[in-house]
Amino acid sequence: MIPSIPQPRFLIAAYTAYVVVFFLFLALPLVVVAAFAFNDSQFPSLPWRGFTWNWFFGAERPQIGVFHERPILRAIGTSAFVAVCVSVLSVAVGLSNAFLFNRYRFRGQGFLYVLMLLPLVVPGIVLGISILVFSSRVANGLWDAAQWDFEALRPGLTLVILGQFSFIATIATLVIGARLQKFDRTLEEAALNLGATRLTAVRTVTLPFLMPALIGAFVVAFLMSFENFNTTLMLVGSDAPLTIAMFDRLKEGSTPLLNAVSLLLMLGSSLLALVMIAFQKRG
Amino acid sequence: MRAEAKLGLILLLTPLLLWLTLLILIPHIDMALVSLRERVGVGEYRFSFANYWTFLSEPLYLRTFLRTAVMSILATVLTLLIGFPVAYYIAKMARGRMRSALFLLCLVPFWVSELVRTFGWMILLRETGLISNLLQYLGLVDGPVEMLYNDAAIMVGLIYTSMLFMVVPLVTTLETLPDEVIEAGYDLGGNGASVLREIIIPHATPGIVSGCIVVFMLSLGNYLTPIMLGGKDSLWFTELIYSQFIVRFNWELGAAFGFLLLGLSSAIVWGMLKLTGQSLEKTMG
Repeated sequence: MIPSIPQPRFLIAAYTAYVVVFFLFLALPLVVVAAFAFNDSQFPSLPWRGFTWNWFFGAERPQIGVFHERPILRAIGTSAFVAVCVSVLSVAVGLSNAFLFNRYRFRGQGFLYVLMLLPLVVPGIVLGISILVFSSRVANGLWDAAQWDFEALRPGLTLVILGQFSFIATIATLVIGARLQKFDRTLEEAALNLGATRLTAVRTVTLPFLMPALIGAFVVAFLMSFENFNTTLMLVGSDAPLTIAMFDRLKEGSTPLLNAVSLLLMLGSSLLALVMIAFQKRG
Repeated sequence: MRAEAKLGLILLLTPLLLWLTLLILIPHIDMALVSLRERVGVGEYRFSFANYWTFLSEPLYLRTFLRTAVMSILATVLTLLIGFPVAYYIAKMARGRMRSALFLLCLVPFWVSELVRTFGWMILLRETGLISNLLQYLGLVDGPVEMLYNDAAIMVGLIYTSMLFMVVPLVTTLETLPDEVIEAGYDLGGNGASVLREIIIPHATPGIVSGCIVVFMLSLGNYLTPIMLGGKDSLWFTELIYSQFIVRFNWELGAAFGFLLLGLSSAIVWGMLKLTGQSLEKTMG
C-alpha cells in the first residue's frame, strides 16, 4: 500500500485510524502522569480535587513540593553528577574508538568491533552484577593483601558510573563513528599540504566536522545515564540517583509529588532533545 | 611516519582495551567462576555445579526462567505486529513534514524515564485508576476493576517500553525501499498480501531482526515493569537475581542465575541472527 497505488477509501481510513490510536496509546501514560501533578489531593488518581501548584512549590505538610523536598533535590543532583561523568567518559572513549576503527587496519579488528558491540546485547542487570562481583573481589583482595580498604570499589557512585559507562560507551562509539565515516579525508590531506601537522589538522578540520555527533553522543549518553535503572540498581550505595530514589518511594505508595518530578524530567529531557536537534540541523 | 602511526594505534587501542577487558570480559569471567563454586565453610569454597543443580531441581526457579523467556518472546512478537504497520505508515504513507513529526513522536517515550512510563500505566490501570473509572462511568461495570498486578499489565508495560526500539529500525530500513519497487510488484500482478510477503518483508528483514533483538533483550532483562505492574504470582527472572544478590546475599546462586539469563539472551540473539542470515555488525553497527 503506497499513496500512488489506488486503494479502497475505507481501507486507508482504517489504516490512518489505527496509526492515530497507536499515537494515543503512546501519549496516554505520559499525559496522565503530567496531568495529575496538578491534582490537589494526596493521591495521583481520581477524583480530581482541583488545580494546584503545591506539588511543585508547596512548603508545608502534607503537600511539600519538589522544590522543597530535600531528598529528591539531592537525588537529582546525584543523577546529574553521574550523568555528566558518564557522558564525558563515553564521548572521550567513543571518539578514540571511532578513530581507531575508521583510520587503522590491524589484525583482530573485526573481532574487537564485535566485542565492542556486545555490551548492547547483555542485559543491564547482568552487566551490573558482573561488575559488582569483580570489584568486590578486587576490593577484598586489596584488603587481604595490604589491609587497604579501597572505598571506590564498594557499591557506590564510582561503580554506578563505571557500570553505566560500560554500555553507553558503545552507543557513543556508534554515533561518532557514523559521522566520521561520512568525513571526506581529502579535507584533512589539504590541511596537511598547507603545512599543518597531523594533530593540528585533526583539531581544526576533523573535530569541527564531528561536533554535531559529539554533542549528539553527549546528550544521548546523558539521558541514558539519567534514566538508567537496571545497572544502577545493582551497583548503588548510599547515595541514590533519582530513578532509584523514585522507585523506593513508588514502592511505598505514590503522591502527586512523584508526578511533579516526572513532569520536570519530561520537560528537561525534551529541552535537551531540542538542543540536540538544533545542533544537528546546523551541522 | 611508521613509528608515529604505531604510536597512534597504541594510544587509541588503550582506552578500548581497558574498557573491554576491565568492565566487560574479566567481570563476566569472574561471574562465571563465582557461579561455579560452592560455599563449604566460612570463606572456604570449592568447585562445583551445585548452583546450577539448585536451579534445575527447584521448580520455582525453572518455572520463572521459562515464564520470563516465553513472555519476552510473546512481547517481542506483539511489539513487531503492532509496530510494523505504524513504521510502514511513517516510512511509506506519510510525506514531508508529517513524516518527521510522526517519527519524532515515536521517540518521545525514549526521552522519558522507564520509571515515569511505568508510573503512568499504574495510574491508568489501578483500581482507582482512570480506566476503571471510565468503565464505571460508561456503566459497563458495577464496581471498581483492578487491572494492575497481572500478566496482561506486564505485557502492556513491556510493549509500551520497547515499542520505539522496534519502530525506529523498521522505519530506517523501510525508508530505503523505493516506491517504484512496490509499484512494480503491483504491475506484475501482485496484490497487497503478496507484495507484503515477497517485497516488503524481505527488504525490511535487517530492521525486523535488529528491532526484535533489542526488544527481546530489554524485555528479558527488565526489572521495573514486572515488579511494578505484575502481581505476587508474576515473578520475573531478574527479580530472582536481585533477591539472591541483595536480599539473601547468596552471590554464588545469583551469579549462576545471571549467567543463565545471559546464556538465554545470547542463545536467542544468536539463533535469530543465524535464522535470518544477518550478522551482529550489520544489525547493530
